[in-house]
Amino acid sequence: MPTKARTGWKGPAWALPPVAVLAVVFLYPLLLVVQQSFSPDEGGTSLAPYADVFASASFRSALTTTVWLAAGSTVGCLVLGFVLALVIAFVPFPGAKAVARFVDVFLSFPSFLITLALLFIYGNAGMANGVWTGVTGAADGPFHFLTTPWGVLLAEITYFTPFVMRPLLAAFSQLDTAQLEVASSLGAGPARIVRQVILPEALPALLAGGSLVLVMCLNEFGIVLFTGAKGVTTLPMLVYSKAILESDYPAACVVAVVNIAISVGLYSLYRAVSRRAGA
Amino acid sequence: MLVHSRTGKWATWAVFLLLFVPLFAVPLLVVLAASFATNWSGAFPSGPTLDHYDAATAGDSLQALTTSLVTAVTASLAALTIGTWAALAAASLGRRGKRFLDALFMLPVAVPSVVVGLAVLVAFSQPPVLLNGTRWIVILAHTVLVTAFAYTSVSAAAVRLDPMYAQAAASLGARPSYVLLRVRLPLLLPSLTAAAGLCFALSMGELSATMMLYPPDWTPLPVQIFAATDRGSLFTGAAVAVVLMAATLLVLFAVSRIRTRASYR
Repeated sequence: MPTKARTGWKGPAWALPPVAVLAVVFLYPLLLVVQQSFSPDEGGTSLAPYADVFASASFRSALTTTVWLAAGSTVGCLVLGFVLALVIAFVPFPGAKAVARFVDVFLSFPSFLITLALLFIYGNAGMANGVWTGVTGAADGPFHFLTTPWGVLLAEITYFTPFVMRPLLAAFSQLDTAQLEVASSLGAGPARIVRQVILPEALPALLAGGSLVLVMCLNEFGIVLFTGAKGVTTLPMLVYSKAILESDYPAACVVAVVNIAISVGLYSLYRAVSRRAGA
Repeated sequence: MLVHSRTGKWATWAVFLLLFVPLFAVPLLVVLAASFATNWSGAFPSGPTLDHYDAATAGDSLQALTTSLVTAVTASLAALTIGTWAALAAASLGRRGKRFLDALFMLPVAVPSVVVGLAVLVAFSQPPVLLNGTRWIVILAHTVLVTAFAYTSVSAAAVRLDPMYAQAAASLGARPSYVLLRVRLPLLLPSLTAAAGLCFALSMGELSATMMLYPPDWTPLPVQIFAATDRGSLFTGAAVAVVLMAATLLVLFAVSRIRTRASYR
C-alpha cells in the first residue's frame, strides 16, 4: 500500500532516538552498578564484594525480612482487596462508585503518607496510646508495634490493597450477572457462588494484581524509611544505608544487583501472567 | 446481587465500612486533622492552629514546593516526549519489535527505585557527564522512573487507534509531520493527558530515588516531609504533606478537565 509509507513514523530507525536516550540514562548506569559490584575498594576485579556481603548478618536478615514482609503483605492485600471489591461490585450500595473513585485518588498519593498517618494513630505519643492511658490510667500504652515489621506490614497492606482492587473491579464488571442469578436460583448460597462462580473468573486478575503488589512490596522504600525503625531493614533500605550512610559503594551495588535479580524475575512473571489474563 | 436478604446486605455493608474506613479513609483524614493541631495524644486532636501552614508555605517548605513542581513538570514533559515517541515507533514495528520495546521501556518499573537512584548516582558522578550535586540529577532520575508509565499509557492507546484516519489524511496529500501533529496526536490526546497526570503524581511523591540523589539546594517536598518527621516535627510534616496532596490533586483535576474537553471533539 503506497499510502502507508507516507503516514510517517514507520520503520525501526524511528525507534532509535528514544532507545538511545534510555540506554544513556538507564541501561548504561545499570551496567555501571553491575561493574562496580565486582570492583572492591582495593582495586581490581573480583568476587570479594559478593563474598563479603553474602557473609554479613545484616544482608541475610534484610533478605529474609524483605521476602516475608512482601509475601505477607501480598497475601493480606489479596484477601482484603478481594473482599472489598466483591462488596463494591456485587452488593452495591449508594456511593459505591464514589468509593471506587476514591480508590483511584488513593493510588496517586505517595506511600509514606500512610506511615505518617500511622505515626499519629499508633505512635508512642499517639491517639491509640493516649486513649489507653486516659482510660486505664496506666503510664504507657500497649501499642509499640509501629517500629517493628508489623507496622511496615500494616502500612504496606493499606497502601497496596487498591492495586489489587483495580484489576478485580475491572474483571468483575465484565462478569455476566446472569450467572450469579442462575446459580442463586438453583439454590447456591453466597459463599458457594463466590467460590464456584466468581473466584474462577477473578483468578487471572487476582494473579496479576498479586504479583504486581509482590514486586512493589519488595521494592518499597518510603514506608520503611518513615517508620524510622532500626530493626526493620529491607533490601532497598540496605542499598540506601550502604551507599549514602556508609559510602560503601561496592557493597551497595552487590545488594542492588541481588534486588534487581529478584524483582526483575518476579516482574517478568507478572508480565507473563497478566498477558495470559488478557490484562 | 449476591446477597438478597435485607439484614444480610446491611451486615455486608457494615463489614465493608469497618474494613474500608479505618484502613483507607482514616489515614488521610488523620494527616489532614493533624496539620491543624498542636497536640494529639487523645482521641481527638487539640489546640487548633494554622501555624503549621505558615511554616509549610514559607521558607524551606515553599522552596521545596517549587522544587517539586519544577521537577515534576520537567520530568513529566521529558517522559511524555520520550514515551510517546517510543510508543508511536513501537506501534509501527512488527510483533517482535514491539515486544522488545515493551520490555525495554517497562524495565525501569521492575528495577527498584532506590537502585535506579544508585545507578544514576554512580553513572553521573564520574566523567564524561558530571551531574552529581546539581538539580539535573534529580530531574533525570524522575524522568527515568516515570517514562515507563507514559510509554504504557500511550502505547495502549496507539495500538487501538484506527489507522484509517492517518491513511485517509495521507491519501489526501498530508505530509507525515502534518498527519502526526494534526491527526494522530490529537486522537491520542486523552491518553496523553492521562499519562501526563500519572507521571506528575508519581514524580511529586517520589522519595526513594530522590533520597539517594538530592543536592542540599534541591530538596523536593517528600524529602522535606521526611526531614520534618525525622526531627520529630510530625505536625509540620503533616501540613507539608497536605500541601503535597493538594498540589497533586489540583494538577490532576486540571489535567482531567483537558481530557473531557478533548473527548468532545
